[in-house]
Amino acid sequence: MFGQITFDNLEYFVQGYLTTILLSVGAMAAAFVIGSVAASVRVWGGRVPKSLAGFYVEFFRNTPLLIQLFFFAVVLAPNNLGITADPFVVALFGLSIYTGAFATEAIRSGILAIDPGQVEAARSLGLSQLATIRLVVLPQALRTVVPPLGNVASALIRNSSVASAIGTRELLFMGLLVANRTFSLEPLIGVLLGYWSLTLTLAFVLGRLERRLAFAR
Amino acid sequence: MRRLAALLVAGGMLLAACTSGGGATGAASSPSAAGSPAMSPAGSPAGSPAAAPTASLPAEGPTLDTIRSAGKLVCGVKFDVIAFGFRNPTSGDVEGFDADLCREIAGALGVEPEFVEAISANRIPFLQEDRVDIIISTMTRNEERLGQIDFSKIYYLAGQKILVKSDSPHQTVDDLVTAGVPVCSGQGSTSETNLRDRGVEEANLVLFATYSEAAQALLDGRCDAVSTDDSILFGLAGQNEGLEVRGEAFTEEPLGIGIKKGKEDLVAFINAVLDQMAANGRWAELYDTHIKPYTGEEAPEPPLDM
Repeated sequence: MFGQITFDNLEYFVQGYLTTILLSVGAMAAAFVIGSVAASVRVWGGRVPKSLAGFYVEFFRNTPLLIQLFFFAVVLAPNNLGITADPFVVALFGLSIYTGAFATEAIRSGILAIDPGQVEAARSLGLSQLATIRLVVLPQALRTVVPPLGNVASALIRNSSVASAIGTRELLFMGLLVANRTFSLEPLIGVLLGYWSLTLTLAFVLGRLERRLAFAR
Repeated sequence: MRRLAALLVAGGMLLAACTSGGGATGAASSPSAAGSPAMSPAGSPAGSPAAAPTASLPAEGPTLDTIRSAGKLVCGVKFDVIAFGFRNPTSGDVEGFDADLCREIAGALGVEPEFVEAISANRIPFLQEDRVDIIISTMTRNEERLGQIDFSKIYYLAGQKILVKSDSPHQTVDDLVTAGVPVCSGQGSTSETNLRDRGVEEANLVLFATYSEAAQALLDGRCDAVSTDDSILFGLAGQNEGLEVRGEAFTEEPLGIGIKKGKEDLVAFINAVLDQMAANGRWAELYDTHIKPYTGEEAPEPPLDM
């Protein structure tokens, strides 16, 4: 019966599914922090920090994620930098840095969309530059970047499957494991449906969020 | 900024790692180069004890006649598996147990051996398209393949073992199970399932698409051992200094010579050559030359009639 193999190996899929969720949520949170900082630096930083942040964005956004993960797996390994042997931690680190570069550009576009008059007003009211950014610009910017950041998050969920190549036991890895052991491609259909359920849920949540934030426009 | 500095340092380290890796490979090739002069006399038909056909070998047959009139026996072998079939990059010679078996059989037929690279996926098609006469390419004899081609007797009994760093405390696969350490293997391989059946925790299986990635992970300390057929592990040990193959084989992979169906005379001839090599000690000599340096164990009984 179709679906039997997936059903018989349900524990693998559940484990992989939970790992994919954990990986995506963790990497998105980290990417959001990285993106906020790097975008602020790109807009308001001095000449050198600005170009370093630009280098970060252009490098990680424009090279293949797979190679970046291979690279981090080797560099972070016990006998090199000695940070971790755990493929999950390597994947979390690599996906955060990679997605952070896209988040930077999304947030930067939001910052640039804020009317300069807002900053001038805040400054003339006596707010420091940092307080202006934190209390006036970023809250408004983040509202406009919800849709582009949602796209970044959706891409992250799909990109997290690349982590299977370094041995992270996420959804695709588990699906391949079961597929190879049962000589069937059916488990991969389960994997596809798994990713789809996650991105659909995300789209639904983002849709609600956008409607709630719409009052500002 | 600090993060970027760390990344640049990391980049430097990766470059350093690549450089040292290249050095190790170069160094590892010298012992095998040193071993080759010893094998060349054995490999040449004239010096081989099997060169003079004896009364016990079947002399006639349609396939044998075709090969004799062509003057050469075309063997499909691996070019990248050290100890079995390996094309020496400096001399261009194909070395290893499988390659010398081809030389023995060619010598017994009174023809020249010719080598063609046959990777795993090509082996059966090469036979069916008559691009090679025989396949000696670390090929496991199993039921599925017996439906497509014929096999000779078993010329080597490979088995799954473990590859560890020389300073590792682990001697056997059971040590790895007891210690609960990560073990690397190949995605979609029978080796991976064998490990699980042997008691390795699911969560401790670290799987990669290729065995060179698995060996890299072992060198980096991402896992404590690589486990698959010893015929593959010998190659990894030969290419990377400081790695060694350990323990008893815990599965059986009988290797046979592949022959296209319908060439019964050639199968009978090859089996007779193998019997002769087992009887006159030539099989054990080949084992000592190619495989003993990696196992450190004395030659077992030839597994021919398993």
